[in-house]
Formats: sequence, structure tokens, C-alpha cells
Amino acid sequence: MKALVLHNDRCTGCSLCQVICALTHFKENNPKKAAIHISRQFPEPGTFEIHVCNQCGVCKEVCPSDAISNNDGIYIIDPKKCTLCQICVNECPQNAMFIHKEVPYPIKCDLCGECVQVCAAGAIEWRE
Amino acid sequence: MFGYGGKYLRVNLTEKKIEKHDLEKKLAAEWIGGRGFIAKLLYDEIPAGADPLGPANKLILAAGPLSGTFWPSAAKMVFGTKSPLTGGYGDSNMGGRLMAELKYAGYDMIIIEGASPEHLLLIIDDDRVELRNADRYWGKGALETERLIKNDLGDEYEIATIGPAGENLVLYANINHEFGRQAGRCGMGAVLGAKGLKAIAVHGTGGIPLYDPDELIKITKNALHHITNHPYFERFRQYGTTDITDWCQEKGVFPTKNFTTGDFEKQAGLAPELMRESILVKDKACFGCPLNCANYTHSKKYGTYLDGPEYETIGMLGSNCLVDNIEEVQYLNYLCDDFGMDSITAGGTIAFAMECVEKNILKPEQLEGLDLKFGNVEAMREVLKKIAHQEGIGKLMARGSRFMAETLGHNSRDFAIQVKGLEFSAYECRGAPAMLLSFMTSDIGAHHARSWAIVQDMDMGRDNINGRAELVKELQTLRPLMEIFGVCRFPWLEVKLDFNHYIEAFNAVTGFGYSRDELYRISEKVWNLTRAFWIREKDHFGRNDDLPPGRMYEPLPSGPAKGLHMTEEKITQMLDQYYEIRGWDKNGIPTEKKFKELGLAAVYEDLKERGKIG
Repeated sequence: MKALVLHNDRCTGCSLCQVICALTHFKENNPKKAAIHISRQFPEPGTFEIHVCNQCGVCKEVCPSDAISNNDGIYIIDPKKCTLCQICVNECPQNAMFIHKEVPYPIKCDLCGECVQVCAAGAIEWRE
Repeated sequence: MFGYGGKYLRVNLTEKKIEKHDLEKKLAAEWIGGRGFIAKLLYDEIPAGADPLGPANKLILAAGPLSGTFWPSAAKMVFGTKSPLTGGYGDSNMGGRLMAELKYAGYDMIIIEGASPEHLLLIIDDDRVELRNADRYWGKGALETERLIKNDLGDEYEIATIGPAGENLVLYANINHEFGRQAGRCGMGAVLGAKGLKAIAVHGTGGIPLYDPDELIKITKNALHHITNHPYFERFRQYGTTDITDWCQEKGVFPTKNFTTGDFEKQAGLAPELMRESILVKDKACFGCPLNCANYTHSKKYGTYLDGPEYETIGMLGSNCLVDNIEEVQYLNYLCDDFGMDSITAGGTIAFAMECVEKNILKPEQLEGLDLKFGNVEAMREVLKKIAHQEGIGKLMARGSRFMAETLGHNSRDFAIQVKGLEFSAYECRGAPAMLLSFMTSDIGAHHARSWAIVQDMDMGRDNINGRAELVKELQTLRPLMEIFGVCRFPWLEVKLDFNHYIEAFNAVTGFGYSRDELYRISEKVWNLTRAFWIREKDHFGRNDDLPPGRMYEPLPSGPAKGLHMTEEKITQMLDQYYEIRGWDKNGIPTEKKFKELGLAAVYEDLKERGKIG
């Protein structure tokens, strides 16, 4: 089983991970549709924080529509069942489920690993 | 249109009117974007002879088709205006995240015109665009203002703002963004200040249409592989532009004491390793950049956080003013950023004033007790404040070194280190002829970004001028294409990403299918149009405006380049050769043939009708 390991100290805030994420899942050059977000604390203290799903499964537990399934440890949303009630978004311990006005369901990571490939800073890595 | 937001904004501050327009296909196909749009629109839209600080001048922000796309370092936005510092064509590019955000909101460009007596903030949130009163930000520092606007509107907004220097019309005031990226040069901030526009806040949620996304993904992944496997990648990531500091000292091109020499004996106090060990807190990147050249620093002594200093600031506020302590430079840089003024011109102007003090051209009574001698950091802090608020000697210094020299006389023009009114970036050039020719012929004045040729100078022989005209023309054609595409030059320059890959990416994004020759022709057209802007705006513009300051003829007194100097004969020859390969006449004016060959016949006719050529 693979998992993402995040190193906030290495993140430079460049957003390449977000651009490839949205390109991969939506065929769209639009990082606002990424399943990974970076929060920025500037000017003080000058830090970045990466937010992405760690597949903990809380979203599945709280989903009233049974729209989220566990697929070999990867939690996947079924857009047909999702009602966009956003309970999972609010309950997510990682703050890693994202809303975009053009997408009728929360956007979350499916562990495709594209972000790991493009991160030049080594801030996102695979762990087996 | 692939690669574009598809719309642009025309914001008239006099009437508080905002118009949205579709971006014309013809404009995109012929001028591509960024600097191309700026050159075309400044020439077409600003009335000849307009006062740079009057309502007739315009300020344009333009992204390029690659800005905000999946391409390494696609992070550049270009600002353009008729420069209040030089009186000629002015542009300045900036990294950060604003250009991407603007395109996600659906716009490639903002044209700001008119002027408002009320202080305003322009807010763009996708389709919603509005002007709001900005009294609560007016008078505040640029860094503070950015934080305040984010607090008010949300962290998702990207902000461009001026500081007090822009409000007070300091002619080299700049525009700040992302806590430390600037459109630094040519006085963009003064133009915004004169227009009453304190800041622009942008939030966008849309995508950028791509012609061939799969192809772009392939090209970009290959490019990232090349970049991250290059031997210089790790070092450049760590040190960014500051890494050149040691090299400049080693070659004797590190500007010292108002360019008296290129050799700073106390350079160790400004070394990149020292900076990293003593004040660095974070490696920071612009949008989409694997090279993260920004050094985010913290001074414990002053409590200041800053993106920088970059090499140019270390040279201009450091060695050039005989300051030998990196933390002091950090704080001087912080003051420039928060006041919102260009640290290159500020450093050049202060060093010039210091030499005037040393030569008793500036008298103690003019300085009101300020001991503005080389190396006096406290006096520098004071004088930056005076400049930003146009107080006392600051009034004169707020106009840059050329104006000061013209006012003060005593042949001080010889050591006002500028061309066309824009101060040199931090490279001593007496033993670097291509770099000097680059400064002389750069279309905004003595800036390094158009052509950075100092490394090649070392290989080509420092006391001859062979091949320099050809080299400078090539660099002035290739490098501006980066600012037309909306990307940073560093992957190409620092880790040798082949420029042909940029062209592949450009075509995958836009579908234009342009060849390198076609792109070079567009870049050359832009170069000739910015030259035409100067010819139109400045009386008797020509060769005299391309000449370097007198200091360049004095032999270097010390350091590894000791004894090297320029001669009038060398300068004449370099310009002759340069004008010839550009297709310009002996006075540096593009010929009728050149204008027509580039599709600029209407510009030629316009200049002729105005009695400016022919």
C-alpha cells in the first residue's frame, strides 16, 4: 500500500503539484480544481503547509449518501451519489476535500501520484 | 483562444468606468502577449508627449500565453508605461502569482487609464470587477498593505500594491506583490500613485484552455527532468541570484563605491553562504517554478521578514554604497520594499549622492545634518525615508541620479551611472564590453534583463569588442521572448533548458505553430517599436542616448580588472556594428526598410509625419 508523505519544510509554494493534479483529473489547466492545496503564512513566519488527503476514511464514515467507497485503501467519491452536502468537507481532519463552483462534488486525492513526479523540491514523496 | 484568458479590462479611473473586451485574435497572433502587447498598446494608445504622471499616460499589465500554464516558471507578468523616470518606453516584469491568477479570472491584460482624486482599490473576482475606496490603505507600506487587503478580502486574493513612495510620486517607485516580488524598474509605482490607484486584488477560479494538453504535459515533464538533473540545479535552488556575488567579486565586476571600482575588499560580509547561514528562513518559488530562487529571510536585529535581498540589491545597496553586512542590506532592502521603491535605482542614486558629498558638490546645508558618506547605514536608512516622503534632500533624490546630476552640475553627469535616465544594474562594465553595450542599448535604460552578457565577456576577452554587437542583438531577441511568452528566463539561463523546448511548449499551449524564425521576427518587431516610442517621445533621440557615463572611460583603479577601461573609439565601433546589424542608421534610428520589413510601415509614416525621422 502506498501513501503520500508531506514535507512542509521543503515546500516552496510553487503549485506545480496543483496544476498537474487538475490537468490529470479534469484535463484542465486550472490549479483551483486540484485535490492538493498549499496554505501560505506570509509575511510572518514565512511557511507553507500542504493539504492533501491521507486516506483516513472519515469522509466515508460521515457521508449520509453512501457516495464514498474504500477502493483498496483509496477513498473514492461517486459523483452520481454525491449530493454536495459538504459534511465530509467540514469533517475532514486534514482539510483536504475541496469545493469548486464548477464541480458538483468535493475534489479529493485518489493517490494517482502525479504530484510526486513534478515536485522538484521533494516536498511530496511516496512511502510504501 | 488557446493559451489566453480571452478577455481584457479597460479601467478608466477618471470616470470610474470598467469595460470588459474580448482579446482580439489579431493582437494575439501578431504580438503574442506580455511585452508584445505592452509595446503595441503603449505606442498606439498613449498620446505623443503625454506627461508620464498625468491622466493621459496609461499603465498596462499584461500576461503572456504561457503565464499560469503547466510549464516550468511560467510566472511572469509585464507592466508597461511611459516612464516618469526616463521619459521613454518603460516596462518591468514581475514574478509571483498574480499573472496566473489574472488568467484564471479570465483576463490577459488590464489597461489602466485616467486618474482619480479618490484613492482606489481595483478588485477582480472572476466576472465581478469593481473599484472601491482605498483610504484605509493609503499611506501604508506596501508589505503592510498586502497583508491588510488579504485580511479584508481573503488569502486567496493575489495583490499588487504601491507603497508611500508611489503615492508620493518618487520617480522610481515600484509595484509590490506577494511580499517581495516587484515590478521594480522605470517608476511603475509613481504612475499608479499619480492615478490614485493604491492596489489591485485578483482572484480567479477558471482554467486556461490548452491547444494540446497531452503534448504540453509530455514536454513539461521532460523539461522538469532536465532541470532537476542539471548539475547546477541544487546550488541555484539554494542560493538563487545571490550565487553570482562571489563570481562578480572574483572577476572585478562587483560595483563598488558608485562604480569607482569593481572590487569590494569587504565582499565576504555579503557572501551567499553567509546570507544562507545567518538570515534565510525559507526557499520560496514563484508560480510553477522548480528553481525557487527566492531567498526568504528574517533579520533578528530588525525583526523584518523579506523576500531577498537578490544579487542586484546586494550590489547596489551593499558594495556600491560600501555596506559590508548582509543583515544591514536586508533591512535597507526591506525599507525599499515597504516604501515601494526600486532598490537598484535607490542604490545607484544614494551612491551617486554619497560621491557628491565626498566631492563637496552636495553641501552640508543641503543635507540638513545627514552624514551621507559611503558606508553610513544609518544615514542610508534616513535618506530612504526622506526619498519616500519627498522631504528635504529626498525631493531631489526622488528623481534619480541623472536629474540630480543635471541639477548639481560640476561634471557630476560623468559619475551618474545610468543610461537613458535608468541606473545601471549591479555590473561594473569597463572590462565587460557586451554587458556595457547591453546597458547602452536596452530599451528601458541600463537594465540587465534584456541581455545579460557578462559571463560571455569573460570568455571573449575583456579588452576587445569582437563579436559583442552580434551577441547582444541575439540576446536582446531571445530573452525578451520570455517576457512575451510570460515565463521566467532562469530555466534557460541557469540550468540550460533548450530554448526550442519553450517554442514547443508555446505551440502546444496556443496552437500557433510558430517557428523560431517567426518568433524572432516578432521579438525584433517589438524591439524596433519600443525604439520608435523613444524616437517619438524624446526630442533628438539617437546615438547620444545610447552612450555610457563618463566613468566608463576611466581605468579601473583596483581588483582583478585593474587598468581596464572603455575608449570612445571602442564605444563608437560597438555602436556602429550594433546599428548596422539591427538595420538602423548611424544615429541609431531604424531605417525605412527595416520598419517596412517588420510590418511597421504605419509607425514609420507616423514618425515621419511628426518630423521625427526622414
